[in-house]
Amino acid sequence: MAGSTPASATPERASPRSLTPWAEAWRRFKRHRLAYWSLWVLGLLVLGVLLGPLVYKVGINDIDFQARLAPPSWKHPLGTDDLGRDLLARVLYGGRISLAVGMAAMLIAITVGVIIGAIAGISRGWLDAALMWVTDLFLSLPQLPLLLLLIFLFRETLKNLFGLEVGIFLLIVVVIGGFRWMPVARLVRAQFFSLREKEFVEAARALGASTSRQVVRHILPNALGPVIVAATIDVQAAIIAESTLSFLGLGFPPDIPTWGRILYDGRDYMDLAPYWVLFPGLAIFITVLTISFIGDGLRDALDPRRVL
Amino acid sequence: MGNYLLRRLLIAVPSLLGISLILFTVLALAPGDPFEDLATNPNVPAEVRLALRASLGLDDPVWQRYLHWLGSMLQGNWGFSFVSRIDVDTLIWQRLPVTIAIIGASQILALMVALPVGILAAVKPYSWFDRIASTMAFVGFSLPTFFTGVLFILVFSIELGWLPFVFRADISETGWQWWVEQIKQSIMPVAVLGLFQAASWMRYVRSSVLDVIRLDYVSTARSKGLAERAVVMKHVVRNALIPVVTLIALQLPQLFGGAIVTEQIFRIPGIGSLLIDAILRNDTPVVMAVTFVLSALVIIFNLLADVVYGWLDPRISYT
Amino acid sequence: MALLEIKGLKTHFKTDDGWLHAVDGVDIAIDRGETVGVVGESGCGKSVTAKTVMKLIDMPPGKIVAGQVLWKGRDLVPLPPEAMQKIRAKEISIIFQEPMTSLNPVFTVGEQIAESLRLHEGLSRKDALDRAVEMLKLVRIPTPERRVTDYPHQFSGGMRQRVMIAIALACKPQLVIADEPTTALDVTIQAQILDLLQRLKDEMGMAVMLITHAMGVVAEVAQRVVVMYAGKVVEEAPVQALFAHPRHPYTQGLIRSIPRIDLDAQHKVRLEAIPGTVPKLIDPAEGCRFAARCKFAKAECTQATPPLREAAAGHRVACFFDL
Repeated sequence: MAGSTPASATPERASPRSLTPWAEAWRRFKRHRLAYWSLWVLGLLVLGVLLGPLVYKVGINDIDFQARLAPPSWKHPLGTDDLGRDLLARVLYGGRISLAVGMAAMLIAITVGVIIGAIAGISRGWLDAALMWVTDLFLSLPQLPLLLLLIFLFRETLKNLFGLEVGIFLLIVVVIGGFRWMPVARLVRAQFFSLREKEFVEAARALGASTSRQVVRHILPNALGPVIVAATIDVQAAIIAESTLSFLGLGFPPDIPTWGRILYDGRDYMDLAPYWVLFPGLAIFITVLTISFIGDGLRDALDPRRVL
Repeated sequence: MGNYLLRRLLIAVPSLLGISLILFTVLALAPGDPFEDLATNPNVPAEVRLALRASLGLDDPVWQRYLHWLGSMLQGNWGFSFVSRIDVDTLIWQRLPVTIAIIGASQILALMVALPVGILAAVKPYSWFDRIASTMAFVGFSLPTFFTGVLFILVFSIELGWLPFVFRADISETGWQWWVEQIKQSIMPVAVLGLFQAASWMRYVRSSVLDVIRLDYVSTARSKGLAERAVVMKHVVRNALIPVVTLIALQLPQLFGGAIVTEQIFRIPGIGSLLIDAILRNDTPVVMAVTFVLSALVIIFNLLADVVYGWLDPRISYT
Repeated sequence: MALLEIKGLKTHFKTDDGWLHAVDGVDIAIDRGETVGVVGESGCGKSVTAKTVMKLIDMPPGKIVAGQVLWKGRDLVPLPPEAMQKIRAKEISIIFQEPMTSLNPVFTVGEQIAESLRLHEGLSRKDALDRAVEMLKLVRIPTPERRVTDYPHQFSGGMRQRVMIAIALACKPQLVIADEPTTALDVTIQAQILDLLQRLKDEMGMAVMLITHAMGVVAEVAQRVVVMYAGKVVEEAPVQALFAHPRHPYTQGLIRSIPRIDLDAQHKVRLEAIPGTVPKLIDPAEGCRFAARCKFAKAECTQATPPLREAAAGHRVACFFDL
């Protein structure tokens, strides 16, 4: 980055309050009003998706030709599709899948990314160069085409190995997560580079701490901030990726109503039943938007350089 | 500068090889036989099928197949598509220009929106303009492209009837009318892709300008008596653009993904829809060739981005 | 009429915890061709004073709450930005503390020097670059014709500071504010830069406001010294008088804390530190701000703020007592 010393036009001042780092981070997070409200909205959404089907006991596959293409009403709050299936139930179900995919893919991306980034960050010379070359290589791969390709090629195998739903879930999660580890690795590596030269790490080294102890106890906790922010981006990207795959017809099997799939199904009926595409689209939008704001709030809260 | 370019080029070549290796491995590991369909085709006798397999070296050891395939790819011999009964390279060259045109136009649109909005937002941070622009940016990149595309069709094609939502590659009008029709049918896909990009770029530009504007050399520029506008336009923007160029280049692979989606929604006959069709129809040679072309394009554009980066930042080229 | 007269300047900053009184009633006068040293520890307000003169403070969160900055009789405080831009670099210029980050990395050194020339003197690009070469020669940079097209990262710290001086002097201003110009440099380079500044001052006859926290520098270079503490001026005197007879307890402490290697074993004095720390400047209370650390403090010191009074000819001090 071009230079990093800020102009010192404002004098230094010490904060009179002394809070634990987590309490301080929470205070800063709350100042970001959009992020704060997003936390509540997302929380409500997650609760709704998790507990909704327990309360709203309409089946996702209950076909009712009498009620096909019905607009939103008391009986069907989000309307019905061309087979008369209730859209609210389907959207709630799809929510569970989207959130599960998002979290799982994010965990894979973070785990792989942190491990590779940490190894690259702590080693010097050829190992670091080699790992970075591989990272750059993966970054140059066109993600969506390869996603499509991988899913298409390995769908059958995984279905046979793990059963239809679990198999596809595993495939999608591994493939999506497998494309998101690179930015995390780079982040972690950059953090390691800047932290390992810092005095407190040198102090630990001088006291005889082994490399792994230095990494785990001293460097990693300080590198966590940007990783948490990256994690929120990963969840959001994974949800969008899964929806996109479903929308293109290459995601979960057709009878599983993920949000992307519902949109795909409703595409041909846009003029007759616009609510069919609107509601799942809005669901994706709100989920992703709230996660984005939360990520932004976290960035403000955890970045030690910003004085708020 | 020459040194720097040479180094980037030397890295690009093994990267291309690496990608081709990955692609080939994926396809080699995949179960299924590309000629399975032919087996059930009564018009193709068994001996012909076996001869085809032998001629394409399908029974050779893997590494031999890889080298053979790589060789033909680099020579431009991309094989023959049994499904479409056409040479793969003809097929690709037919479809590539449309995709490049739409992607190119969307990038230009994105730049025209993101640069001024991002700079203005950063110059007056937390002003009402900044808050609105930043919130719109968040909204923009939280809307998946397929949803925006669908919404646009709902509003502009179905409700208002202003724009067509099926893309025609063969517009019969000529001259001025041809351009009008072309713009009318391209405006939605270009806008969908472009605005999505603009949303994330605007955030990058804003954060980069915010970082640069507090630096010491900006104070030095002001202390010379330059008007604030000149300080920002001349001193800040040039420096702020440097990391933005890198970020834009890194996002290029995603762009092709976006193109795939828009081509499906608006039924544009480009490379993206070609890929999907080929996948769904088991047309392996086309799939391999298209993924290879897309990867090569990404590497070429990354190289271009490196060139621009080297031109913008003298610290890179003059070391 | 003095060239620059700062009268009762108060620059405050809005923070979450209240208003920070960074500069709280400062008077400084500088005559033509004079070198005035402004000393004080980090955080005492000297840089903010300098930047206020140039109006380079970010105006939120900063605010010039009171006072005047009279440049040749004209108050700069209410001046609109366009008028202020004409004064910067042409009449008053400033040299910053950090040479490593004060130059724009994407422009050549020549272009950066030429920029002020083209702006204020309307020179063409070629003429401005020629003048830039002359300036580089003036600040003793070797092979200036070649170096003028080099980028900042190709210069060392000391050389970059010379370039900064070249930029500051390009339009021959009448006052140069040097804000800790040598603090970030090695000791040997420090001496060279100070030397250069002295020589240029003699050649070009401009006034210099030298801001530093090193008493030794001020002793060598300045004609008059202003001592600042916690946003206020506590003492002001010609340099000889200040060192011979410092009247404010803070100044006395500062001078006594300078290590002396020229005293022989019998005359060695214990190095004295000033106990305590600088007070918080947010909504400060009445009373002398040094009182908490002063060994001479009495009851009246915390009840009223001592004004700057003339204790001897040209020697002013902000203390109730004669010490």
